[in-house]
Amino acid sequence: MTARTAAQPAGEHGPPAAIEHGGSGMPTALLGMLLFIASEVMFFGGLFATYFNARASVPAGTWGPPEGAHELDIALAGVLTAILLASSFTMQFGVWAIRRGDIGKMRMWTGITLVLGVLFLMGQLYDYSELGFGIADGVFGTTFYTLTGFHGAHVFGGAVGLTVILARAMRGQFSRRNHVAVEAVSMYWHFVDVVWIAVFSTIYLLR
Amino acid sequence: MATTTLEPRAAAYRRSWVIDWLTTVDHKKIGILYITNSFLFFFAAGILALVIRSELAVPGLQFVDQNTYNQAFTMHGTIMLFLFIIPALSGFANYIVPLQLGAPDMAFPRINALSFWLLPIGGLLIFSGYLFGGAAAEGWTGYAPLTQQGGVGTDLWIIGLTLVGTASILGAVNFIATIFKMRAPGMTLFRMPIFVWTVLVTAVLILLATPVLAAGLIALFIDRNYGGSFFDPSVGGNPVLWQHIFWFFGHPEVYIVILPAMGVVSEVLPVFSRKPLFGYRAFVFATIAIGLLSFSVWAHHMFTTGAVFLPFFSFMTALIAIPTGIKMFNWLATLWRGKLMLTTPMLFALGFLSMFLIGGISGVMLASPPIDFHLQDTYFVVAHLHYVFFGGSVFGVFAATYYWFPKMFGRKLNEPLGKVHFWIHFIGFNLAFFPMHQLGLSGMPRRVSDYGADTGWTILNFASTIGAFMIAVSIIPFLINVVATFINGEPAGDDPWEGNTLEWATTSPPPPYNFDTLPPIHSERPLFFLTHGHGHAAERPSDLEESAEDDVERREGPV
Repeated sequence: MTARTAAQPAGEHGPPAAIEHGGSGMPTALLGMLLFIASEVMFFGGLFATYFNARASVPAGTWGPPEGAHELDIALAGVLTAILLASSFTMQFGVWAIRRGDIGKMRMWTGITLVLGVLFLMGQLYDYSELGFGIADGVFGTTFYTLTGFHGAHVFGGAVGLTVILARAMRGQFSRRNHVAVEAVSMYWHFVDVVWIAVFSTIYLLR
Repeated sequence: MATTTLEPRAAAYRRSWVIDWLTTVDHKKIGILYITNSFLFFFAAGILALVIRSELAVPGLQFVDQNTYNQAFTMHGTIMLFLFIIPALSGFANYIVPLQLGAPDMAFPRINALSFWLLPIGGLLIFSGYLFGGAAAEGWTGYAPLTQQGGVGTDLWIIGLTLVGTASILGAVNFIATIFKMRAPGMTLFRMPIFVWTVLVTAVLILLATPVLAAGLIALFIDRNYGGSFFDPSVGGNPVLWQHIFWFFGHPEVYIVILPAMGVVSEVLPVFSRKPLFGYRAFVFATIAIGLLSFSVWAHHMFTTGAVFLPFFSFMTALIAIPTGIKMFNWLATLWRGKLMLTTPMLFALGFLSMFLIGGISGVMLASPPIDFHLQDTYFVVAHLHYVFFGGSVFGVFAATYYWFPKMFGRKLNEPLGKVHFWIHFIGFNLAFFPMHQLGLSGMPRRVSDYGADTGWTILNFASTIGAFMIAVSIIPFLINVVATFINGEPAGDDPWEGNTLEWATTSPPPPYNFDTLPPIHSERPLFFLTHGHGHAAERPSDLEESAEDDVERREGPV
């Protein structure tokens, strides 16, 4: 599990410099996370393309929830946006804490971030239950639930990641020098936040 | 999250070979798993091809009904592309790239294992449609709204493809991280073997194109199962949107399939011409240019929808002929006045050159809208794509198999049997697919199970069917060769071909940690300079600043 173990065979037999994963510069695990995020950007790009394509195909003035359903709850969505934005800050406070080697503060901020993430998900589910239209009610419903739903699934994935690093932090596995998993999860969490800003702006503000 | 430490006695730990292969994270074993899995799917999809060609041999329905026929060509295309060609080339990349970089393994060995194991699961899900009322039958492109009519097989096709796509994306992350982070000292970017360069560009294409297909597949799944209306025009959806999404992935996909095969050929041609590759840097930049252009040509698959701007996509498509032409020039100039050795890998590489050229020329023809409008959905397109995928990529896969088999298993495949394989394969391929150009020009549509006896298409179709069976027959000497080599093959030694690149600097097969020692790396041909001498006596630290200096010295040669 540790880098030392993985590199051990080559360390005994191979040229020493070849086993340093990357040597200088960004840690390999962070590069991997960045590349994965790049692919996620393209995934959401595809979903946004379906949204804009549908938005452009319907007659002018008819875009929105089907007749008879509630309008979108922009106030609730605004509160959820604030929660998720705040969670990006608390995440970063946690990263800065572990960079100083302060694992207590890192646990606290990561815990707060996790709570905010779960609050966001619960708020989104409440919003779904109140809207009064479904994924099968026209192309607005389809694109609305797909975009927000897949974003929510990514928040859930991020929450799982937060839980893992919190559990590892409880066992004292991170230190000032060794905390690449925290950096990677925080990167992913910021990405999920940025996607939500794009989703919120597109669906609620631009309409 | 157990933290393991390596005990001194770990080497004595024994387990059965089954557990060993199922749980391995060694890039070489995973590479062999990839290749083996790919060939199994190749045989399955090949049998489907024989079903298709048998049905088309003469007019009338003789063997299968129309629905079975539709399933056959859908499965044939899907499996050949997603579970044979791409994973086979990924398998060679898995095995060879860390070796060529002088690295002990891939950057993320366990993610590497995950990428592989998703493949057989995805492939079996796609095939399992046959158990649940019929496999997907909409063609490998799965056009909406036709997919709306499919049964459970179509859903299994969607799920299986999503898994296979996920495997590709994880693999791409791994390759890029490996290439940027795991290079041996001295292995600067412009000293990497061309195969590594092509794998790098391919990985970037996979990373950016495949997620878009995943988004489209999910939208399709929602439409089919949860009442969504992405592609349903009656409630505001748009069926042409599927074509945009599919081909935004699908055209980079074509280069995902061909670029690593170009890389293989660029390894094989110099070794058996006894010359360096002509124009290394031009080749690298041409590869990058193909990668960039591939994202701006997708709508040439959609000229006849009337929904795309023809001049732009026609122009961009024709532009791709320039970097591809540069490569063709590089390869020919590499051969020029070389000391050619016509071994089996060399024959397959030369087969690639000639067959891919034909596929490229018919591709430029199809880039012209007036011609494309006439030929859309005819057998001309089938001929074109088989000259690119089969004449190109599959010839590349066999070149790689014959070239790297001695490294993987320590024994050389038998040359006479290999040549028998090549010639039956080559003649059969042309007999199967060249007549399709003429069939397409005279109007035979693709994806039909039957045609009239009065159309005049019977002779060419019959010839094509004979060719298809010749290809199948050519696999027999190949299989005999593999089995016979395992039993009693000629020992290969470390470097049977006098290669240029680092994989030949270690034993055959390499130890789990790959290298005991690495030769100094001052060029893209470290092994050549190790065995034949060069201007650098002492090993020296290398970084990007020094590489330019090194290159100058290399050109000046020994003083």
